Amino acid sequence: MAVVESILRFLVLLLSFFGTLALAGLGLAVIFGIMGIINFAHGEFIMIGAYSTSIAYGAGIPLAGAIVVGGLTTGAFGLVVERLLIRHMYDRLIDTLVATWGLSLILTQAVQIQFGGTFGSIPVPFGTFQYAGFSASMYKIVLGLTALGLFAGTYAVFTQTTYGLQARAAMQNKEMARSLGVDTGRTYMLTFAFGSVLSGIAGGLFAPLTVLTPTMGSEYIVEAFVTVIVGGTNVLIGTFGAALSLGLIQTPASQLFGTLGGRVALLVTTILIIRVLPEGISGVVTSD
Amino acid sequence: MTDAGGPGAIARLRDLLEGQNTLGNSTRFWYGFLVVVGFMFVYPFLTNPFVLKVNTDYFVWMILALSLAVVWGYTGIFNFGQTAFFGLGAYTFGIVGITLIEVTGGTNVAILAAVVVTVLASALLGYFMFYGRIRGLYVAILTLAVALTGNLILVRTTNTTIGAAELGGNNGVTGIPSLTLGGGPLSVPLGITAQYYLVALLLVATYLGLRILLNSYYGYVLLAIREDEDRTRMLGYDVRKLKLIAFSLTAGLAGFAGALHAAWGNFIDPTVMGLTAASVPIIWVTVGGRDTLIGPLVAAYALQSISTKLSTVGSGYTNIFLGAVFVLVVLFFPDGLIPAIVARWRERTGDGHDIDRSNTTEAEA
Repeated sequence: MAVVESILRFLVLLLSFFGTLALAGLGLAVIFGIMGIINFAHGEFIMIGAYSTSIAYGAGIPLAGAIVVGGLTTGAFGLVVERLLIRHMYDRLIDTLVATWGLSLILTQAVQIQFGGTFGSIPVPFGTFQYAGFSASMYKIVLGLTALGLFAGTYAVFTQTTYGLQARAAMQNKEMARSLGVDTGRTYMLTFAFGSVLSGIAGGLFAPLTVLTPTMGSEYIVEAFVTVIVGGTNVLIGTFGAALSLGLIQTPASQLFGTLGGRVALLVTTILIIRVLPEGISGVVTSD
Repeated sequence: MTDAGGPGAIARLRDLLEGQNTLGNSTRFWYGFLVVVGFMFVYPFLTNPFVLKVNTDYFVWMILALSLAVVWGYTGIFNFGQTAFFGLGAYTFGIVGITLIEVTGGTNVAILAAVVVTVLASALLGYFMFYGRIRGLYVAILTLAVALTGNLILVRTTNTTIGAAELGGNNGVTGIPSLTLGGGPLSVPLGITAQYYLVALLLVATYLGLRILLNSYYGYVLLAIREDEDRTRMLGYDVRKLKLIAFSLTAGLAGFAGALHAAWGNFIDPTVMGLTAASVPIIWVTVGGRDTLIGPLVAAYALQSISTKLSTVGSGYTNIFLGAVFVLVVLFFPDGLIPAIVARWRERTGDGHDIDRSNTTEAEA
């Protein structure tokens, strides 16, 4: 019984770490993979998702609906940011990095001024999952499964829609895509908005598990960064593989050394991995 | 400084300090420089100790700005976690300083330890990054992730003691000794004015030293790496090693600044490695102009003074101001404000062509 219990404990923990890493990283990875830019305000996009989810939930919308509202609000915000800021810097990668960093400072402080230090929390739904002496929050399992669902959804968007086809074309060869009539500017705009929606949904999903503060984004940004570094430019396989393999490291590390140990292990693993796989998991699966 | 020795000595010194890699190669610039430095050194007679104390810290930040300008602006390594090394230097100085002050009576060992520890730590990280040949953007997010994880670790150090120092988690390390001069039993702790002079002297020395470095052969190789890494490698340079050296030495300089900062405030806490703190040096260098030394210096001083004023009038808008300046400069003056002003001024006056900007291309990868 004890063996089954500890295996269950491991699997549930793995699922929840995998979910957190994948959700935190997916929006960033979509934008990075297709457009080649890193959104340094990514943590604040997650924060906006969490806050708007909380507002919608407070207005009486059920949690699932509230999370959708959070995703769409963040997506709309991302669209505005792309039009005002990002599109002026498509060919200046480092400038997009620093400009979005400036944006992150503004957003954190603006939310602090508008809403104060903390914000309305959402109770954790679904209760607990019980097996013999072992119990876990059902919601954390749902989190991991939702992450899998979002991967499937993103896969569908990139393979089944015209936008997805054009986005992949723009990623592989921008000039060729343009000469074949793809409006890459529009594709990038939609990509940034799509990545923002994913970040917003992630924020909404994280909202019940954390205290909503203006700086909550920095709680997730390390997870997002290491997932993208280990994953590389391949949005789906890279991010999925990175979240899974980092989860496999973080789970035993946090069981042995606590939460902090788990997070330090994430960073150390990432630093070790880049020595052998500078392009991350994408470098293994993509042959060119 | 330049008026020591005959005209031959001045010419030789100017030869070392000047070149197309730094702004300000005219005689007029050096007169201006001497006036500013002269003012820095008579300033203590014109103002009160509080203002001196505040300015001492600005000078420390300016050293940090210089370290980032060299590694990011000149070498093209996107070290966005320079504050990790600044903080590591500060914590090392605090821990060693508190532990040894009773034994040795001075802080020389603590300063040395701060530099050595940051150089070693950054060399370890740099080894994995540069010998793994990861690309530019990855360096940016990885170094920032290191700083943020450092912050996480430091926050959880409540009730942790290293040597005689209590790390204190979020509350930080208190009771860090001030800088001392001399060694062993002859060590003298420095007062506010003496510390001001020492840090001012260190700042001027760092600036001139980095100018000599950047205009030397090694400086040209660093620029070559920034402009075209592959081509530099083809020409026979060991780019990985050179990047590693540049990365760890500038991190050591940041660690040194961190030690000065800890000694200045007798205090250090984990916010120094947080996300906001990490962005601040990036803002100075971006706003000032990342391929100059003088730009980040001016921007660091100006933006720190403005931030201090904004926070003393009790507004919560400091970060909004900094962020807005940051975004606007990136949008409209991608090369930074100081180079833009210099270019405008030269256009108008039509002289002082000491840098041929048309030969250099953008640093972007």
